[in-house]
Amino acid sequence: MARQFMKGNDAIIVGALAAGCRAYYGYPITPASEIAHAAAQHFPALGGVFIQAESEVSAINMVYGTAGMGVRTMTASSSPGFSLKQEGLSYCAGAELPCVVVNIVRGGPGLGNIAPEQADYFQITKGGGHGNYRLITLAPNGAQEMCDLTMLAFDLADTYRNPACIMADGITGQMMEVVEIPEAKPVPFDHSSWEVRGTPESSGNLISSIVLEPDELERHNLKMDAKYRDIMAKEVRCEEYRTEDADLVVVAYGVVSRIVYSAVDEARAEGLKVGLLRPITLWPFPSAAIARLAETAQRFLAVELSTGQMVEDVQLAVNGRAPVHFYGRCGGMVPGGKELLAEFKKVLEGGQS
Amino acid sequence: MIAESLEELGLTKQTVFVSPVGCSVFGYYYFDCGNFQAAHGRAPAVATAVKRTNPEAIVISYQGDGDLAAIGTAETIHAANRGENITVFFVNNAIYGMTGGQMAPTTMIGQRSATTPGGRVEDLHGNPIRMAEMLATLPAPTYIERVAIGHSKHIMKARKAIKKALQIQKEGKGYSFVEIVSACPTGWKMDPVHARDWLVDDMLKVFPLGVFKDESDIRDEGDWDRHYEDFDTAKVNSYLDRMKSAVGEIEPKELPFDLNCKFAGFGGQGILTLGLFLSQIGMKAGQNVSWFPAYGPEMRGGTANCSVNLAKDRIGTPLVDHPNVLVVMNQPSLDAFEKDVVDGGTIIVDTTVVEGKADRGRLNVVEIPASDIADEVGTAKVANVVVLGALVAATDAFTPEFCEDTLRAIIKKKSLIDMNMEAFRRGYDYVRKS
Repeated sequence: MARQFMKGNDAIIVGALAAGCRAYYGYPITPASEIAHAAAQHFPALGGVFIQAESEVSAINMVYGTAGMGVRTMTASSSPGFSLKQEGLSYCAGAELPCVVVNIVRGGPGLGNIAPEQADYFQITKGGGHGNYRLITLAPNGAQEMCDLTMLAFDLADTYRNPACIMADGITGQMMEVVEIPEAKPVPFDHSSWEVRGTPESSGNLISSIVLEPDELERHNLKMDAKYRDIMAKEVRCEEYRTEDADLVVVAYGVVSRIVYSAVDEARAEGLKVGLLRPITLWPFPSAAIARLAETAQRFLAVELSTGQMVEDVQLAVNGRAPVHFYGRCGGMVPGGKELLAEFKKVLEGGQS
Repeated sequence: MIAESLEELGLTKQTVFVSPVGCSVFGYYYFDCGNFQAAHGRAPAVATAVKRTNPEAIVISYQGDGDLAAIGTAETIHAANRGENITVFFVNNAIYGMTGGQMAPTTMIGQRSATTPGGRVEDLHGNPIRMAEMLATLPAPTYIERVAIGHSKHIMKARKAIKKALQIQKEGKGYSFVEIVSACPTGWKMDPVHARDWLVDDMLKVFPLGVFKDESDIRDEGDWDRHYEDFDTAKVNSYLDRMKSAVGEIEPKELPFDLNCKFAGFGGQGILTLGLFLSQIGMKAGQNVSWFPAYGPEMRGGTANCSVNLAKDRIGTPLVDHPNVLVVMNQPSLDAFEKDVVDGGTIIVDTTVVEGKADRGRLNVVEIPASDIADEVGTAKVANVVVLGALVAATDAFTPEFCEDTLRAIIKKKSLIDMNMEAFRRGYDYVRKS
């Protein structure tokens, strides 16, 4: 098994290549640019496509074009750029096109800064574009997962004919870890019933998101809704760390979950029963796992690099059975382990929620 | 005329027709080929991707004036500028028809519309944009012509231009653009006869007909075809295999304790590289490893720093706030980070650069004139490797031979290996002998 020491951002492209992604369209933005750099190096070398588009808007519409041909394709950006992609994402979802989009989230709102945040949670998981749609959203917390979850994102996108998103942060993108390089396998999906390839076989197919008749558009939306319910039933992924007997369950994802692993260990060393629930899929959200823990845990604490976004989903899942507290840093400030440990103690002593 | 040309050229079944918002949105009702409906203005981006992913396809972007010359100006210009081997048909009728007769970028001075009820005026609304002329200034496009469909002579010329544009794409000769000046009696609120006369008498004064660029004769067939290959697992796997690390096979080693390191100094001292070297030694030793450079607000005071973790078990936070090994290669780093080192931790100080003293009561202080030693070895650039040798000696994390083997494998410039080996050994010996 080949191993390499690489940046999380580079690992995304390794995963994409192994997953059979053939075209990358992107626009430079810090701290996501390494993804485009790696794509520019590797895609043409393998006979694939790399285009530095004239804009984020153009990049996502190029994704729309290649995805409509039944070919695996992706784009990546960071917060302000990801905002610009929302229209195109809505079209991809409406036309039911599988594709992968990456958001290496930075500080906002507006131009913000290039430091890590998680404040695009609402935009990504609740639908930043117009209309009824959802993004399947995966939140890696290390370089290996940047690779592996990108591969999974392509499979989920194809399984459900829907865009899938990798939501990471500046730290997960910039840090280097050892990555086991995966093996490329054939893509086991048949798109012949809908793809438009410019071939006699696909002639007559149509890629479109326009449905003019209200009754037909309602049917289309309900069909998509059924698909989304299916995804919610089948595709939830999360990790639990020392939650079995936890009085306090911390909910955190991405780089924050990495800090929480350490803080949980420190808390346990002091005899505090603290555990971590880490959502790996942010949509669908692991509500059932949280609801189950709410039967035994006394308190929940959502920790985010935002002023409080995912905490609302935790509250919905807990549904009043236990207090849900929130601790967040933003603007690029990242909490340290000691800071979190102090917060755990405060919450366990019955601090304000 | 487009459909007729496709049939005559025998291209229908390999054609992909991209129609964005506007009157063109229903293109797929009329063209018995593969069809994409695209977002407003984005057809050239969609067409670009389709063509790049299947260069054999004939790709048509069919756009109105608002779409091509207002909301999609960027896509229009850049697809042309890349010389995409696609054909753009631009239907210019000087108005937004589908949305209810508003001003278009091509609306004429004086022309009334829903959003210019008093008529378009230059100093409020700008002038009508001439896209064919603008695009003809670019080097990449092969063929740019403006035609009209005012009367039968126009129509004959338009038919010829349309077929020629498609022929150019078929031959792989590059980007072709045909602007078709057309009437919109509904949007203009005119009967068809008046509309035709207005087109011929008024519009063509602003939008003169003609060929603005034609290099189809001097370009060779296939010149503008782009290479594309389908997914080939064997090819990808052999490519990915070549990415594997230069450190070679893993040789598991026991660490005396997990290393949570912070390396800090000035930019240019090789601080980040020092972290990368230790990380790769840890990787070869079968450890979990993380390396994280100072980033965003962490990077203050003009210092470069990075965090490196080597651990047998899972690594929690990649940010090392409380190191058990701190390397300081300048005074600000000593001032900033000494207090963060855990009790009994090791601090390695490059005494050539740092004048201050670390607290010997609390920490294991290792002082080494690393930059001086590096100068003796031959270049100040290897001071970081002198420090690495000192770190390995001070922590007993690895044998020096194991580190030297790893460094030898990962240092890319082979001419620098000897100097780095000497730097490492000098750093290691300095600590062992003191």
